[in-house]
Amino acid sequence: MTLFDVEKIRQDFPILKEKIRGKDLVYLDNAATCQKPQVVIDSIVHVYSHDYANVHRGVHTLSVRSTDKFEAARTKVKEFINAASDKEIIFVKGATEAVNLVAQTYGKANIKAGDEIVITAMEHHSNIVPWQMLCEQTGAVLRVAPINQLGELIFAEFEQLLNDKTKLVSVVHMSNALGTINPVKTIIQAAHEKNIPVLLDGAQAIPHITVDVQALNCDFYVFSGHKLYGPTGTGVLYGKQALLDAMPPYQGGGDMIRKVTFTETEYNTLPYKFEAGTPNIADVIGLGTAIDYINAIGMPAIAAYEAELLEYATAKARAIKGLRIIGEAEDKGAILSFVLDKIHPHDIGTMLDSLGIAIRAGHHCAMPVMDFYQVPATARASFALYNTHQEIDVLMNGIESLIEVFG
Amino acid sequence: MFDDLRDLYQEVIFDHNRNPRNFRIIDDADRKVEGFNPLCGDRLTLYLKLDGDVITDASFQGSGCAISTASVSLMTEIIKGKSEQEAEALFKQFHEMTTGKDEHFNLEAIGKLAVLAGVREYPARVKCATLAWHTLDAALKNQQQAISTE
Repeated sequence: MTLFDVEKIRQDFPILKEKIRGKDLVYLDNAATCQKPQVVIDSIVHVYSHDYANVHRGVHTLSVRSTDKFEAARTKVKEFINAASDKEIIFVKGATEAVNLVAQTYGKANIKAGDEIVITAMEHHSNIVPWQMLCEQTGAVLRVAPINQLGELIFAEFEQLLNDKTKLVSVVHMSNALGTINPVKTIIQAAHEKNIPVLLDGAQAIPHITVDVQALNCDFYVFSGHKLYGPTGTGVLYGKQALLDAMPPYQGGGDMIRKVTFTETEYNTLPYKFEAGTPNIADVIGLGTAIDYINAIGMPAIAAYEAELLEYATAKARAIKGLRIIGEAEDKGAILSFVLDKIHPHDIGTMLDSLGIAIRAGHHCAMPVMDFYQVPATARASFALYNTHQEIDVLMNGIESLIEVFG
Repeated sequence: MFDDLRDLYQEVIFDHNRNPRNFRIIDDADRKVEGFNPLCGDRLTLYLKLDGDVITDASFQGSGCAISTASVSLMTEIIKGKSEQEAEALFKQFHEMTTGKDEHFNLEAIGKLAVLAGVREYPARVKCATLAWHTLDAALKNQQQAISTE
């Protein structure tokens, strides 16, 4: 596709035809989760209707068919983020589980009392709490690199936090609360100069930015499938093979072993070492289909279109008196967080819902970010490839009307 | 434009949101309890002055959405002069009105508080309305720790 045909794309998403309280749905909560194209829904139905059996087990036809499709999805993920090998793609249930996996395996094996882990002040709770838990378990210390009023990482201060005791840097690629896209390549270079590995939380970045883990040279990259137009309950941990090989397993069980006796167990090779138990077969296959769908449109085209939407929305929002945008980083993805004078975000959310507009109102699982801006919550409109300029008009008209009603 | 919301956002609610009543600190309060709704970030501190078992003064500080602000503002007005038992009875009635299954709930009995009946159609907002009353309940039971809706 050379021209970005949003009307054609919208036809691919059946839920966009839903009426909400009698109005056309305007779905602007994509940073929480994205809607699914029909092909993804169909692929899950198809697996259960025609191909389903357990993977990596039987010699029977359906097990082979399921296994082939499941492993084909792994290859699609590998190509999508340009990993070096399928062995570096671990399927988990979401980005949160992936961070916890790294904390409880790599972290426990390599991080000791007095060591330091560096994150940023704009992290989602899922990239804060697993490290706090690890620090509690090991006596390590969590260090937080500050942000400025625009919502950008203060790089000089981040760099100063890196020292001999730093054992891991874990930063968000794109902030879900602010939209900020971090200078991850520079972050990784700075950390690597001191031999510190880097985990990137790509939950928010993955549907908006072309990710090349080899070009970035990150050590771990995590994301969720449901924010990539794929099914819930799917997620990916990418790790460099040498790191994954050296890590102890996460959970014990079937599929992750090669040989078990009551005295000892020999673990399976990558990636299965980290995939204990029956995986989320059908949904992972659905994630593969979502990646096919995105590839057919093209990530650069999606990114360019979303940048246009954000620019349009930002200009309109700036023109509204009493509206303050939270997060104005120079490098920013398609997220518009805002607050209104004297109108609580939850009132904004309810009022916009009555117009069919779905936005998020709350702390976005980033309470420290709310504290930084001294707001209890924000309203957040987040855009995806199927949103339109007209929908942004509906949103902005809605905001102007509710300001009037509140008086 | 917001016709569907008239039951939820009645003019009385806008009025109390714009001009909250009893929005002040009682320096020599007999009871002081914090209420917090972590889901929305609504946060209030309730102050009560008691004479025997009669609430002689009630006030609050804090910030929240229009529903929670109006609810606590209305509550402080209504409980003044009531005995602890009467206030507890109002809490039960309010709870029944906002969360109960009874469609024929007697709105007249609850007086002015009936303006908040609309929240029952908005499950996501019920806690905004009940936060004030749960905080009052804690204050009447003389609980010291902050209460949370979650």
